[in-house]
Amino acid sequence: MSSAHTLQGFKRDGRIAIVGASLAGLRAAEALRGEGFTGSLTMIGDELGEPYDRPPLSKQVLTGWVPTDGTKLPRRRDIDAQWLLGVPASGLDLATNHVHLADGNEVAFDRVLISTGVRARPWPVEAEASLDGVFVVRTRGDADGLQQALAAGPSRVLIIGAGFTGSEIASICRERDISVTVAELGPAPLVGALGAMIGDVAADMQRAHGVDLRCGVKVTQLEGDAQGRLCRAHFSDGSTVDADVAVVALGGIRNTDWLQDSGLAVGVWGIACDSGCRAFDLNGLVTDDVFVAGDVARCPHPVYEYRFISLEHWANAVEQADIAAHNMVNAQADRWPHLAIPAFWSIQFGVNIKSVGVPTFADEVVVTQGSVPDHRFVAAYGYQGRVTAAVSFNNAKWLDHYRKLIETAAPFPPPCPTPDQPVDAKPVPVDFPGPVLLSQGATVVVTGHDPSERHVTAVRTHR
Amino acid sequence: MSETSTLHRILDYSARADPYPLYAELRKTPVALQEDGSYVISTYREITDILHNPHLSSDVRNLSRPTPAAERRDTPSFINIDPPEHDRLRRLAMRHFGPPCTPGLVTGMQPQLTEIVSSLIDDFANTQLVDIVDDFAYPFPVTVICHLLGVPRDDEPRFHQWVNAIIDSLDYDPKTDPPEKLNLGAQATDDLHQYLGGLLEPRHDRPGDDLLSRLANDDGPDGRMTDEEIISTANLLLIAGHETTVNLITNGMLTLLRHPHVLQRLRDEPDLIVRLVEELLRYEPPVHIVPWRAAYSDITIADTVIPKGSQIMLMLASGSRDPDRFDDPDRFDPDRQDNQHLGFGSGIHLCFGGPLARLETQIALSELVRRLDRPRLVTDPPPYRPSPVLRGPIHLHIEQS
Ligand SMILES: Cc1cc2nc3c(=O)[nH]c(=O)nc-3n(C[C@H](O)[C@H](O)[C@H](O)COP(=O)(O)OP(=O)(O)OC[C@H]3O[C@@H](n4cnc5c(N)ncnc54)[C@H](O)[C@@H]3O)c2cc1C
Ligand code: HEM
Repeated sequence: MSSAHTLQGFKRDGRIAIVGASLAGLRAAEALRGEGFTGSLTMIGDELGEPYDRPPLSKQVLTGWVPTDGTKLPRRRDIDAQWLLGVPASGLDLATNHVHLADGNEVAFDRVLISTGVRARPWPVEAEASLDGVFVVRTRGDADGLQQALAAGPSRVLIIGAGFTGSEIASICRERDISVTVAELGPAPLVGALGAMIGDVAADMQRAHGVDLRCGVKVTQLEGDAQGRLCRAHFSDGSTVDADVAVVALGGIRNTDWLQDSGLAVGVWGIACDSGCRAFDLNGLVTDDVFVAGDVARCPHPVYEYRFISLEHWANAVEQADIAAHNMVNAQADRWPHLAIPAFWSIQFGVNIKSVGVPTFADEVVVTQGSVPDHRFVAAYGYQGRVTAAVSFNNAKWLDHYRKLIETAAPFPPPCPTPDQPVDAKPVPVDFPGPVLLSQGATVVVTGHDPSERHVTAVRTHR
Repeated sequence: MSETSTLHRILDYSARADPYPLYAELRKTPVALQEDGSYVISTYREITDILHNPHLSSDVRNLSRPTPAAERRDTPSFINIDPPEHDRLRRLAMRHFGPPCTPGLVTGMQPQLTEIVSSLIDDFANTQLVDIVDDFAYPFPVTVICHLLGVPRDDEPRFHQWVNAIIDSLDYDPKTDPPEKLNLGAQATDDLHQYLGGLLEPRHDRPGDDLLSRLANDDGPDGRMTDEEIISTANLLLIAGHETTVNLITNGMLTLLRHPHVLQRLRDEPDLIVRLVEELLRYEPPVHIVPWRAAYSDITIADTVIPKGSQIMLMLASGSRDPDRFDDPDRFDPDRQDNQHLGFGSGIHLCFGGPLARLETQIALSELVRRLDRPRLVTDPPPYRPSPVLRGPIHLHIEQS
């Protein structure tokens, strides 16, 4: 599809298939129509029903305030698509450009977008995972089941894994006045994503709200009663906890199994693509007709030394969908790179947590504004003297400023005082449990605002 | 310096009816140093950037050269305070005004707002000559804010005078203005303060529904405001609820009468009102300038370093007409997409009354358009109030059949 002529023809009556009909898939479809694509659009999704939003599933839905069918994604425009729902795609044939479906049907395409996202990592022992009262939370059905179990007034809920989802659910349990134990293998909640300093704050928050938080322990066994209902959990330190509900919140598995034989660059971190969302093949060559967006994508980010980054962020799915859609129907010269600085939010224990940048790409962290004891602050993350991320607790309105600092490779720690000066503004080691990413200092900065004008400029490395 | 003269021309009364060409001139220098050492910021990106910059202060006590009208009282209202105090006071006030603690307040007022609007229109429905300001756009939001606060509506003539004097002193210029202008403003501030104190006093230990009673008897997680803080807050809400919505409603009617096809569309598609009010907030906003912000420490913006202690003026209305942000910015287009105007400011001081002001204006304009019979402007442009900061017509005479 190199010449302008064929591109015009493709835009007019080409065939696009989108596999994975959720946030990224739907937004890409809308953006394609917005770009003037009038050809045929096929939405392939294994979930039944209209696309819905996931963030509320661990928040408002579990309080019972919002019914699960109240989380449908808003439609920004009519996408005039053929919807093939309820059947998963089982393969992708790039020799003939077909998507194979599990029911034996196939869908021909000129270009395809892969947005199959992530599924919840199940409890590893199948017999224990299938006990009554054991849940994961990824889908509407999952949240419905858990909501009902919480409404039934369990004696105690056990949360396995204190990442964002686990912590949010623990918070809801406390809000509903349900006893809850949180088991986390790391030294504190959220520590894998945000480091030790924030982890300590999160641990304080949980305990202050009456969570029985147990860090540095592993759940070794889920025990059922004679009726196959969960009744007890065993820990690696030999202790046990009686609980009738357990939520397995151990992160996600990227939905790439169906692409095993596709010849694309798939792995546990997702499908590798270029910053224009074009998938790489196994050789690391970029493909022309296969695009990737959302949680399943693994995309290099120039600000982070072109490292391939996988994100499970709502905003990233939306931004990548727009970029992918644009690039699917535009010529090489008009392509846009996906250069948005990652952003994420969570709400737990009455605190609005927000981050910009990649906090794991850091060696130091410093509180720049506000007060940590009051759970109202901003912390900046730095790597080798430049700002790479920031996290706010109940102070989200400042994060735009920190995004700018990240984009312009501003020096770390950020200088000059602000009115809301923290008591102790000394950088401390960021202290992630896993290996810290290594970096050589900034090589590029991002400029421009609209997707059409954003681009990267190389900078000379300072010695 | 040409920038200086541009600003002066904007502040001069002769520019009130149409300051927009001067804003375009101003935007040629996004961050413009003035003769007196202050900075004027006039482009969209630079305004939003600085409004999210934690080194920008709203507290005039951080100016190296205090402005003449710098609030003299020890307890400024939260619009003029920085975090953490700003956040605490805003949170305390918001507890009684919106989500998360009082989520239904504004939407719950809809029937009442419609009733007030209807009865005001009833009063002039059969009159040929109407002043949209005095007969409608002023009394409506004032009735609403008085009711919310618990201020007797009958006292309106008294505080109307005070509020006017305070607004007039906002753009006090020592070089050109007589000192009385400032003194009158200061006296009015004291009088209003005392008046509100008198209303607060009897409300202690008497729980009630109005905001003054609720603030006086609050026992939330952040504690309670001091009496001084309650008075400052009430003062702020009274002024903000008084002097802004009136201009949005009036500017709205004016703009519709200047764009008859849009007026006709609104008659045919009542749902257009939501987007139309957003576009008004961009195109003819009530708040044109945030006059006194201070650099708490050196601030770099658009390659300019604004030194610590400098006064910074934010030209919100100019930012909302910046062609680098809005296509065809001088066109009034209620269908505009991605309309992130600066009508309510941005950042932590983003207008607290936005949801109320929007609903008031939506109802007001919808009803006016529905009930006025072939309205025509009597004079265009209409006469304007003196203030370049809170800009709007002082009267808007229209004729109907
Ligand atoms: C409980 C929860 C809370 C969250 N909270 C937040 C939050 O507070 N903030 C935030 O930024 N992010 C949050 N997220 C993350 C956010 O929801 C995701 O980033 C977003 O859903 C990603 O969208 P996506 O379309 O890429 O993937 P998904 O939403 O995972 O959609 C992928 C779709 O593809 C389907 N699919 C998979 N395989 C196949 C196949 N072979 N054939 C056909 N269809 C297939 C899936 O069933 C699914 O419908 C949360 C996620 C969860 C689960
Ligand atoms: C159309 C009508 C209105 C407009 C255009 C408007 C505009 C604005 C603007 C631009 C600001 C920011 C000021 C700054 O950054 O310093 C602001 C702040 C504020 N407004 Fe409004 N306003 C309107 C109506 C109201 C109403 C009805 C109320 C009260 C009920 C109100 C209460 C406030 C308060 C309390 C603040 C200060 C917020 C803070 O400092 O955190 N406003 N308004």
